[in-house]
Amino acid sequence: MTRYITMRVLSTIPVMILVALFVFLMLRLAPGDPASVIAGDYATAEDVERIREQLGLSDPIVVQFVRWVGSLAQGNLGVSIFSGKPVTELIGQRLEPTLLLALTTITFAVAVAVPLGTLAAFRSGSLIDRFVMLFSVSGFSIPAFVMGYILIYVFAMQLQILPVQGYKSPFTEGIGPFFYHITLPSLTLSVIFIALIARMTRASVIEVLEEDYIRTARAKGQSEFKILMRHGLRNAAVPVVTVIGIGIALLLGGVVVTESVFNIPGLGRLVLDAVLARDYPIIQGLILFFSFIYIFINLLIDLSYTLLDPRIRY
Amino acid sequence: MSDQATLPTEPTAAAEAAKDISLARIALRNRGVFWGGAILILIALFAVFGPFFTLDPMELNPTNRLKPPGGAGTFGTDMLGRDVYSRVVSGARVSLIVGLVVAVVAVAVGLFLGLIAGYIRLADALIMRLMDGLMSIPAILLAIALIALSGATLGTVVLAIVIPEIPRVVRLVRSVVLTVREEPYVEAAISAGTRVPTILVRHVLPNTIAPLIVQATYICGSAMLTESILGFLGAGIPPEIPSWGNIMSEGRTFFQLTPWIIFFPGICLAVTVLAVNVVGDGLRDTLDPRIARNMR
Amino acid sequence: MSILEVDNLTVKLPDGADRPFAIEGVTLHVDKGEILCVVGESGSGKSVTAFSVMGLADKRALTPVSGAIRLDGEDILNATDARLRKLRGEKMGMIFQEPMTALNPVLRVGDQISEMLEIHTNMSQSQRKERVIAAMNDVSLPDPEKMYRSYPHQLSGGQRQRIMIAMALTLEPQLLIADEPTTALDVTTQAQILALIKDIQKRKGMGVMFITHDFGVVAEIADRVAVMKYGQIVEQGTVDEVLHAPKDDYTKMLIAAVPSMTPPKREPATGDKALSTDDLVKVYGTPGLLGTGRVVKAVQEVDLTVRRGETLGIVGESGSGKSTVARCIMRLIDPTSGEVLINGENIATLKEGQLRPHRRDIQIVFQDPYRSLNPRRTVGQSIVEGPMNYGISAAQAHERAAELMRVVGLSPDALDRFPHQFSGGQRQRICIARALAMEPMILIADEAVSALDVSVQAQVLDLLDDVRQKFDLAMLFITHDLRVAAQICDRILVMNKGEVVETGPTADVYANPQHEYTRALLKAAPGAAL
Repeated sequence: MTRYITMRVLSTIPVMILVALFVFLMLRLAPGDPASVIAGDYATAEDVERIREQLGLSDPIVVQFVRWVGSLAQGNLGVSIFSGKPVTELIGQRLEPTLLLALTTITFAVAVAVPLGTLAAFRSGSLIDRFVMLFSVSGFSIPAFVMGYILIYVFAMQLQILPVQGYKSPFTEGIGPFFYHITLPSLTLSVIFIALIARMTRASVIEVLEEDYIRTARAKGQSEFKILMRHGLRNAAVPVVTVIGIGIALLLGGVVVTESVFNIPGLGRLVLDAVLARDYPIIQGLILFFSFIYIFINLLIDLSYTLLDPRIRY
Repeated sequence: MSDQATLPTEPTAAAEAAKDISLARIALRNRGVFWGGAILILIALFAVFGPFFTLDPMELNPTNRLKPPGGAGTFGTDMLGRDVYSRVVSGARVSLIVGLVVAVVAVAVGLFLGLIAGYIRLADALIMRLMDGLMSIPAILLAIALIALSGATLGTVVLAIVIPEIPRVVRLVRSVVLTVREEPYVEAAISAGTRVPTILVRHVLPNTIAPLIVQATYICGSAMLTESILGFLGAGIPPEIPSWGNIMSEGRTFFQLTPWIIFFPGICLAVTVLAVNVVGDGLRDTLDPRIARNMR
Repeated sequence: MSILEVDNLTVKLPDGADRPFAIEGVTLHVDKGEILCVVGESGSGKSVTAFSVMGLADKRALTPVSGAIRLDGEDILNATDARLRKLRGEKMGMIFQEPMTALNPVLRVGDQISEMLEIHTNMSQSQRKERVIAAMNDVSLPDPEKMYRSYPHQLSGGQRQRIMIAMALTLEPQLLIADEPTTALDVTTQAQILALIKDIQKRKGMGVMFITHDFGVVAEIADRVAVMKYGQIVEQGTVDEVLHAPKDDYTKMLIAAVPSMTPPKREPATGDKALSTDDLVKVYGTPGLLGTGRVVKAVQEVDLTVRRGETLGIVGESGSGKSTVARCIMRLIDPTSGEVLINGENIATLKEGQLRPHRRDIQIVFQDPYRSLNPRRTVGQSIVEGPMNYGISAAQAHERAAELMRVVGLSPDALDRFPHQFSGGQRQRICIARALAMEPMILIADEAVSALDVSVQAQVLDLLDDVRQKFDLAMLFITHDLRVAAQICDRILVMNKGEVVETGPTADVYANPQHEYTRALLKAAPGAAL
């Protein structure tokens, strides 16, 4: 048990190093001189040279990498080229809206998708099942921003019951305004998540209901509903939890789009602004930050398997 | 009871050869494959021949700006007076090309890496760690960064969308290889002195085809979505090319005034991707029910 | 007084199945205090009969169209779902073939037994626990208090089946339905479980309907026997009548096909040494800090020799390491240490390239006929693959393949067909032909007849013995089945937990086993009287 946890925790280290290496090489191996790409089309030779120095691009590549990883290990993600502020500070300023958007989305999506998928599996082949499947495949097919604009059109422009855009912090402006503003973005972002989880829940529950121990439960005289609740759900949980973990990547990507549509001052906006301004340390730092969050959440999910399934114990 | 007495009688070498064709026929009998396929063919026809019958999608018409649908053009005009219908029709080309190319490239690269990872133990650890690393970077972010770094062209956009799709293919192929290599018929081939490359091509590869076709359709749909998102964020294909993402990106500013500039390409995109996904689900159900739960 | 009556029951299969009815006109009864064995080969409809009684047959595929099932006089086919649920557990219980999958892997076994009481009684939690512990004691599970909290994967196969029995019998039903409950178990465990079922049945005076394919098990446990074939009962009677004076031809054939436990007399082989191993060891897992944490010694210092024209049997239960020996010799896995000598040359450490010339000399037939042939390639392609690897021309290889098809009793016309068009027995014949196409010196049969019905098994065994003589093969025959080993092996080698415990001429070992384990194994083999 302890061994399993230790091994699993340690196994994240090479992945994190790989991600760091990947992000690092992306900038260094991109076609063209990164310094002049960053400096933009109208930069003077001095500007380019200044940026080259600032990024340490004139040292050997190995030295650059070691220095960079060294500063990463100290929690230093670099300094923005334009504002001159540390990237960690910028992330700190923008973290709250993104975090709360992600949390409300996951909570809502899981609360809707798991019962929906279970119901579809339990009544497999029925009208409900078909509806869930149709919803799911549609959810995969509509880009988040189109969904966002449809919701804005209906709820903000036609019905005028929710705001078009913006963000209110629950800490400074109160919980009411927070939900008033977060509802549409959260709905927008949760569509694909609901589709994903409902689909996996359905598949997983259907598979579990075919297992021999379900037949045993029937032989005991247990009712179908209790068989589902007692023997079905827990056994179906591992693939569902796994897909939630994988979906985190989808969610983090979706944040960028959703924040852009609803004009939410979060990390997604920070990425976009950095891309437009070619502020590479920020892009680099944010990719790393998002990836590490993904790796960390998936680590937690892997560890949760030991609670869900007693067979996974070393 | 003699098991020799009941030799099969039908001469079925031909029947078996016909099986692949009939497999396509069985797939077509699936409603999803049939209707999704029909819609896709229709869209493809529009994409190929449509532009010959529309106005020039680039033509500016300053006196005819932001006109609603029905008047100046079927889908109205944008802020530069360009005909939205013409632009949406040429956008279909971009989407379909991106979807197809990404699917083909991702499957080809993923198949190659997956076969190697599944069969050569040393390469396995390396490739799979690399894939873990790639998977932990959110696809959109990775694509944005790649494009921002290497400049936005059709080629870099395709590449930026392909790279995050590869790990899924590698994992799929590898899992098929790991299952198949345990099969007694593969062990029999090893015992018969068949070399590794031949075993891969002859005994392992055919097992990956059905799941890969299914996976390729999903990738195709997801690539079209990603392309439009990149375009929408202003980090995609150069803005002068009228892709659906770019059209919608330009429509953002005036959304409250002229929602159709976003809705028309948005609906076209959704219908196209939906058709692709429905075909994918249908293929999955008919070609290989076993892999059903491993997909998405 | 019958507890169960099945009266002229016919169950329809869905349209498009290979026959219209799963079972047709089945009439049988189980009395209180007796064990009825329903025996038949695969596809005979014996399991459908059992599941129909429990009301657990798949309703979408199987529809009873006529006849009746009465449990203690009560009509089952027309009972409401709620009534049927009440009857399951209270009046009839069921145990299954695979106790591992029949138990929920994420729930404690005690709670799974307790669920039975939860459904059917109003007992408090402590009362339930008491009853469960009593039930576990009843099936002789060690330390029930502790085992109550175990998960299925922490128990042995035999213990799991005991849990299943305890569960089925918690409410003391009058009828127990057992669907091949010992088929997945080792022979020594099987003997214990059979004894347990018989003992409990006597004590509680219940009726048991016992489904099996194994006449050895029938001889051990049955009071009466019903023989099924293609969905119909062909013969019914007391165990003595059916086993010793069968009337129906099919029954006669089935009983005659059961291999005898008495080995025939065989001359010691004098051919050249073809295969031997020296201190063969296979260890799984790597010890030490970077290792997997667990080390399994699958094979420990095995020495064996097989001469040309001789069959050496390796006999053992699951986990004995017998198949690992075969796979090491085939070099499908790499031995940890020791030598594998083919014609005097050690191949244990050869690299794949150096090994290839030797691969011709040694061929294998696997257990599962459905996975041994690539479903996408014709039988002919599978047979010629090996020879063509060694430079034999396509024409020559095909000619030889056709010849070998005749040798194994199949028509050469069948070379163009695909595996799915053949039965299990035919596929094993094809696999033998494929092995012979390499003109090997050594043939390994790894449980090659274990997946086959008994009638087909006898034919494939004869074929293996024929080709051994015809091609002067050295044969290594790996099996868990002592009856099969008795009939085909010149010498046998008994393995337990990775070690060889005894070796010698088959007749000597069976008549006068030296090692304690061998004695236990021979004693456990069901149906000594057969």
